[in-house]
Amino acid sequence: MASGSYISHHLQNLVFGLSPEHGWSFAHTAEEAAAMGFWSINVDSMFWSILLGLVFLVLFRRVAKKADTGVPSGIQNVVEMAVEFASGIARDSFNGKNPLIAPLALTIFVWVLLMNSMEFLPMDLIPSIAGLLGIEHMKAVPTSDVNITFGLSISVFFLILFYSLKVKGIGGFAKELSFQPFNTPFLIPFNLVLELVNLIVKPVSLALRLFGNIFAGDVIFLLIAMLPFWIQWALGVPWAIFHLLIIPLQAFIFMMLTIVYLSQAHEHH
Amino acid sequence: MNINLTLIGQIITFVIFVWFCMKYVWPPISGALAEREKKISEGLNAADRAREELERAKAEAEQILRETREEASHIVEQARSRSNKMVEEARENARAEGQRMIDNAHSEIEQELQSAKAALRAQVSSLAVRGAERILESSVDEKQHADLLDKLTAEL
Repeated sequence: MASGSYISHHLQNLVFGLSPEHGWSFAHTAEEAAAMGFWSINVDSMFWSILLGLVFLVLFRRVAKKADTGVPSGIQNVVEMAVEFASGIARDSFNGKNPLIAPLALTIFVWVLLMNSMEFLPMDLIPSIAGLLGIEHMKAVPTSDVNITFGLSISVFFLILFYSLKVKGIGGFAKELSFQPFNTPFLIPFNLVLELVNLIVKPVSLALRLFGNIFAGDVIFLLIAMLPFWIQWALGVPWAIFHLLIIPLQAFIFMMLTIVYLSQAHEHH
Repeated sequence: MNINLTLIGQIITFVIFVWFCMKYVWPPISGALAEREKKISEGLNAADRAREELERAKAEAEQILRETREEASHIVEQARSRSNKMVEEARENARAEGQRMIDNAHSEIEQELQSAKAALRAQVSSLAVRGAERILESSVDEKQHADLLDKLTAEL
């Protein structure tokens, strides 16, 4: 089926890993990629993720180097706006003082925004260019790869654990897990189950929310791309406009929830 | 859709990027922003202060102007009254002087008159005496008598 293979081809990452049959090589099909298991890497996701992250850092670093107190202009305005945005939210939503929070929020927001924004490029543009270069699979939107979103959310999860332990101590953290929501020794196991689920759900929901939104956007764009060319605009335009909202919104939600979770981790009871 | 090493790669990338942002991107920009904020607030403060100063200076100038004007009008008033007084005094003096001069002239005339009268009286009496002597000396004829009397009258 042509349409099925079109979609699955576009949703297949460029996977490099140890194949049982071919040794270290790129996977040609989804089955081969699956057979490689954990010890393989999605080269395209990693490439775009790092490239976009570098775009962010280089751009901001250049402005930071010549940042002065004079009248800002051009790109400096944009960068300063982003910095003020992140620091404002970190100040409003984060109770306490931690010099990590605002730069973390800025990095997450801008990086995720850039990665999501790859969706604005025409579906076939980058895969076609990659095809000309002899690369079989190319997914240009890193956040439609679960590995990328989980990579971000698990890092945040580690930060949550780190600051929970640092601020509350092991005893305080254990107490928080055992005596909430029911403050009685008889219900400790019950509380523990609830709180552990509550804790684990944070990174999972964070990653899956971002992944789900962007992946769904990708799939719908692919489906629209398979319509006859003269009717594509009728669905493509509204969906693209909708994504103008979704893309910054998801970046914002990811950043906001990260701050809120870390703020909770810093709270004393 | 399988979880693989990309996850670890992304975690490492994330850690490095956040570290870089925190170390090399955030401090200069937020520092510059804070600095600029300070500068702007200082500028606004200075503008406020300057405005206050201006207000005060204006009020002071107005006050000085008003006082000066008052003083000037006071001085003019004083000058006018003094000049009036001087004119009045001069007029009074002139009148007194005139009166005195007139009085002097009167008294001089009176004196002159008195002395003239006295001299006349003395002359008349001496003439009379001389006439009488002549009459007594010469014979009394009508003609001579008449001549004498004529002379006497002419002399009078």
